[in-house]
Amino acid sequence: MELIKTADGLVIPAADSKIPEGPVAEKWTNYKDHQKLVNPANKRKLTVIVVGTGLAGASAASTLGELGFNVLNFCIQDSPRRAHSIAAQGGINAAKNYQNDGDSVYRLFYDTVKGGDYRAREANVYRLAEVSNNIIDQCVAQCVPFAREYGGLLANRSFGGAQVSRTFYAKGQTGQQLLLGAYSSLNRQIELGKVKSFNRYEMHDVVMVDGRARGIIAKNLVTGEFERFSAHAVVLATGGYGNTYFLSTNAMSCNCSAAVAAYRKGAYFANPAFVQIHPTCIPVHGDKQSKLTLMSESLRNDGRIWVPKDLETAKKLQKGEIKGSDVPEEERDYYLERRYPAFGNLVPRDVASRAAKERCDKGFGVNNTGLAVFLDFSEAINRLGIDTVRQRYGNLFDMYEEITDVNPGELGNKIGDTCYYNPMMIFPAIHYTMGGLWVDYELQTSLKGLYAIGECNFSDHGANRLGASALMQGLADGYFVLPYTIQNYLSDQISVPCPSTSLPEFDEAEKQCRARQQQLLDIQGNHSVDSIHKELGHIMWEYVGMARTKESLETALAKLKEIRKTFETDLYVPGSAEGYNNELDKAFRLRDFITMGELIAYDALNRNESCGGHFREEYQTEEGEAKRDDENYFYVACWDYQGNDNTAPALIKEPLQYEAIKVQTRNYKS
Amino acid sequence: MSKMTVTLRVWRQAGPKAQGEFKNYTVETDTDTSFLETLDILNEQLVEKKEEPIAFDSDCREGICGMCSLYINGHPHGPATGATTCQLYMRRFKDGETITVEPWRSAAFPVIKDLIVDRNAFDKIQQAGGYVSFNCGGAQDANDLPISKVAADMAMDSATCIGCGACVAACKNGSAMLFVSAKVSQFALLPQGQVERARRARKMVAKMDELGFGNCTNTGACSAECPKNISLSNIARLNREFIAAKCAE
Ligand SMILES: Cc1cc2nc3c(=O)[nH]c(=O)nc-3n(C[C@H](O)[C@H](O)[C@H](O)COP(=O)(O)OP(=O)(O)OC[C@H]3O[C@@H](n4cnc5c(N)ncnc54)[C@H](O)[C@@H]3O)c2cc1C
Ligand code: SF4
Ligand code: FES
Repeated sequence: MELIKTADGLVIPAADSKIPEGPVAEKWTNYKDHQKLVNPANKRKLTVIVVGTGLAGASAASTLGELGFNVLNFCIQDSPRRAHSIAAQGGINAAKNYQNDGDSVYRLFYDTVKGGDYRAREANVYRLAEVSNNIIDQCVAQCVPFAREYGGLLANRSFGGAQVSRTFYAKGQTGQQLLLGAYSSLNRQIELGKVKSFNRYEMHDVVMVDGRARGIIAKNLVTGEFERFSAHAVVLATGGYGNTYFLSTNAMSCNCSAAVAAYRKGAYFANPAFVQIHPTCIPVHGDKQSKLTLMSESLRNDGRIWVPKDLETAKKLQKGEIKGSDVPEEERDYYLERRYPAFGNLVPRDVASRAAKERCDKGFGVNNTGLAVFLDFSEAINRLGIDTVRQRYGNLFDMYEEITDVNPGELGNKIGDTCYYNPMMIFPAIHYTMGGLWVDYELQTSLKGLYAIGECNFSDHGANRLGASALMQGLADGYFVLPYTIQNYLSDQISVPCPSTSLPEFDEAEKQCRARQQQLLDIQGNHSVDSIHKELGHIMWEYVGMARTKESLETALAKLKEIRKTFETDLYVPGSAEGYNNELDKAFRLRDFITMGELIAYDALNRNESCGGHFREEYQTEEGEAKRDDENYFYVACWDYQGNDNTAPALIKEPLQYEAIKVQTRNYKS
Repeated sequence: MSKMTVTLRVWRQAGPKAQGEFKNYTVETDTDTSFLETLDILNEQLVEKKEEPIAFDSDCREGICGMCSLYINGHPHGPATGATTCQLYMRRFKDGETITVEPWRSAAFPVIKDLIVDRNAFDKIQQAGGYVSFNCGGAQDANDLPISKVAADMAMDSATCIGCGACVAACKNGSAMLFVSAKVSQFALLPQGQVERARRARKMVAKMDELGFGNCTNTGACSAECPKNISLSNIARLNREFIAAKCAE
């Protein structure tokens, strides 16, 4: 890619984003009408590596297999079905308008762009909204048991940032059912021999041959061996980087190593500062916790969020002298309904999270640490009856009880005639990462032949993702976008044989992986991987978390240098290179989390504005709302690796171009 | 929250072919900490002492991925009902208690290391027929096919299986019937699954037998220990499906 030098720095030429011609609603059709295809006889000669088996990876691998390509598919878990997507609870959006409430492709597109605080790429988002309906059809055909009405048609619920009901769901286990659907299609291709599945494998590097991605080095986590795999193209579907913060709602094995390996090879990393903090998670309760548990956003359909109006009451709650259900209606401050009457409890996540932090910072927090707010179902239970409420949220109530010993469906107190049920306590936690590898309209990274799909790329959610849109994006990318766009690249490759894994490029890549491994084992210091990771997480949450300032970010960068030093000189990894060694695998991932932490901080420091999940305290309105700066920051910030981890990355900009939507201040008040 | 000290009697086995043995470890934890976090605490201590930590599987730690798989005090996923290992909190145990921790034990799930087993056989059963054969892109509009809420809800109940393998570990014969029947049921209950119904039942059962899982003798231990409460009625349905498929041959 030839970058353009401007007074504003390096810029990606518009042509390299490969956004098709025409009005936004016609771009995808235009693209499909004119793209190059690969004929069936040639597909058989081409091999594609897909790393990851979440919604994005499993759907891409199975669909590429169905088309006739040879696919090698990798995951860290012992089965593709266990990818982190399995944990998604709430639902998946689509513009079906089955509820006749005024939904349309345009409205889903508009809500997503607005929800993302006008930092997403318009053309990609339109395509996402456009294919959203096909996803629901595909999943139903696979036997995904979505919730239904008595008449036999599909049911919907509402999620944050939308005024229509467009979310399809399968109890509180939507991710599970969608992933099992994709896994079933994948299994069919495995049985047919089109997809080869490699479980308990972890990719360590991409192998570039003559400037194109031609393979990977992956570690067999059971034997400990590094193995080589070659292909005509490589697709990363390796998820997000939320675990940089140690505590997050992500699964234990979620990591950013594949994306960082690509970044170190020269793929741009876009908008790393855009990290989503989810408002409804179970609060942190001690220093032994390994992860945080999400309470689905769907709870905000019927749950009301509040803290006491009075500081004295808050103090009593903090000391445990009274319970939430002891506080009568008139003493409760439903602060979201108060501040944002039009959207109320269903404001987008970034807005809800900051509002909770604001109340807690002012001393209104309701648990012993002062870092929690209430999510209350009393009104819903009194209105609908406990049976209906339990039918909707029973499994979430039970999950909450198992962890905290309190059941939100239980009567807590009766004051006068009003029944007050035990409220949940919730607090924001790191949940999702909007940033990711930079990709063009075809989902190709800045490295030829290397693609990124799902949470691993940056393109569709701007500075904030709306609920139920990640599942939509993962499946859109994997079922309906990548299988088309990758053919534009592969059509030139039909006469190129699949490269041999004994090429010197593979030798060199494997040698480096081995050398890095030996380094880690040789340090023999005094710090465990987790102890360093916890410290990293602490720094990230304190200084690069929900509210950032220039000073906090500079402090973070200085502290991260120390963390890296501890890691490089005082880490202790037990065991050897042979066989299963989880501590060693975690050490590899931690090395990349540190690099990622720095990347997030650099990007946050550069972006002198507040937008979506990125809140810089210096840039806010008098009412405490995020203040964007469209004049200076209406661009995608792409970071280019400078050859080693100790040098700051270089900034490259992709200016955003909006044709269909007028950029304006987000308003959820009226 | 109250502090507690427990002794963990843990199965240690260096590799698939190595001889295994129980080892005792004492660890301080508290009632609000999960069982797996207690193992994390113990592992941190082992690493501090430069010893090898205990290898065990877990990922989501919220009861949905099916990765965690510990046999605790004689029960797969421990004493709590309707919960996975990762959803088990220390308040379920007594201060001073000795807790025995083993891997799933079944011929079809060989041990990889310590508490980790190989459950690849489950994937292979699914590959034999756990799908609807159609290619992406060819589906009709989702609401063109109304499905009764009752059928959809029943299919959902069967589809809730997380593929953890506790049913196999609980069964004295090491049978995988509950797992297989849950999958076959999901498809059999829905109209989209009808075309391949007989073939699916036949192929998945044949694969299960081929992979060395035992026979079902209807003791019901599987369902009693299943963290997702998958019902025995699924097994009855699979038996009917299988007989019908055989008759149709
Ligand atoms: C608790 C929770 C609830 C959520 N609920 C919702 C919801 O209701 N609606 C919604 O839209 N979104 C939700 N999300 C977000 C959504 O689940 C994720 O963004 C999405 O599932 C990511 O899918 P993916 O395919 O991109 O990646 P993942 O599902 O994370 O899969 C990553 C895959 O890559 C593999 N992998 C990673 N690194 C390597 C490597 N180096 N080598 C080999 N393999 C590797 C992993 O093994 C895995 O197979 C939720 C997220 C969480 C945490
Ligand atoms: S049937 Fe139950 S015990 Fe068996 S694999 Fe499924 S969830 Fe686990
Ligand atoms: S770790 Fe996922 S179910 Fe226990």
